[in-house]
Amino acid sequence: MTLTQQIITISMVILATVITRFLPFIVFPSGKETPKFIKYLGKVLPAAVFGLLVVYCLKNVTIIGGSHGIPELIAIVCIVAIHLWKRQMLLSIATGTVVYMLLVQFVF
Amino acid sequence: MNNEKGIIWRSLKAAFPYTVPILAGFLFLGATYGIYMNVSGFGFLYPMIMSMTVFAGSAEFVAVSLLLSAFDPIQAFLMILMINARHLFYGISLLEKYSGTGWKKFYLIFGMCDESFLINCSVNIPEDADKGWFMFFVTLLNQSYWVLGATLGGIFGQFINFNTEGLDFVMTAMFVVIFLEQWLKEKNHTSSLIGIGMSVVCLLIFGPDKFMIPAMLCVTGMLTLVRKPLEKGGAVT
Repeated sequence: MTLTQQIITISMVILATVITRFLPFIVFPSGKETPKFIKYLGKVLPAAVFGLLVVYCLKNVTIIGGSHGIPELIAIVCIVAIHLWKRQMLLSIATGTVVYMLLVQFVF
Repeated sequence: MNNEKGIIWRSLKAAFPYTVPILAGFLFLGATYGIYMNVSGFGFLYPMIMSMTVFAGSAEFVAVSLLLSAFDPIQAFLMILMINARHLFYGISLLEKYSGTGWKKFYLIFGMCDESFLINCSVNIPEDADKGWFMFFVTLLNQSYWVLGATLGGIFGQFINFNTEGLDFVMTAMFVVIFLEQWLKEKNHTSSLIGIGMSVVCLLIFGPDKFMIPAMLCVTGMLTLVRKPLEKGGAVT
């Protein structure tokens, strides 16, 4: 890719990202009353989106082949256990990541 | 003026503690991204500029592979649009929160990310702080951490010499914790379960590269169906 092509590609990435962020605020400006249904979605969506993001992160895990998703499963169990125990976001994230790295580098 | 300064200062002081986990997470993740760009053959200016202008983790990682493959701006545009489509959901959730914040609103929207969304959506802002400034600083601090991490990773990436396989799991770990926190906090799990359930179903049907859009449509559809019972049950007011 030439530099110009790189700049165009990066601009496209920026443009697409900016659109996803600004669109709701343009469609539903604060001056006007937001439809009740959209308000309802605004309240219930976050929880569902967090679930969606977890699945998104794990989308490439294959149960049938490779390591059968076992390292991911073990790491997530560790995260949940540590988090329920200490409730320290950072500690849970760090532990889970280290456990996963050790598993994929040395065990699987 | 003095009073105004006082409010700004108090808002910054109130916002900072909430961003400390993000400080560590973003320096780490941002550095990972910078290193990744570095080993892919891009100088530190790339991760620095991308983290300032795009500031969306997964999109920035994908952008690396876009830059390494054949030139196709339309595909790049559509792909990033889909990856970041969850921002639409955040925007809808933040419509009310962000209203009345004046000029800061522009940056609040521009710098919106998973983590800022999470904090601004869930934290009770102290009374002596200003809502707009508080959310502004949460957003600004978070982005600064990311830019700093990405830049440092881009500069020092070539000197790092350890096996980073599996490091990208930090993102998964973060989302698992965010989901768990939400689960522990909420009284009614309908929405969380719909989020997980619909995504898994769509992943199985459409495969890893094409499931996000159908999953988002299914989630919205299901939430529409359960609106009446949820509102009746008092789960949503």
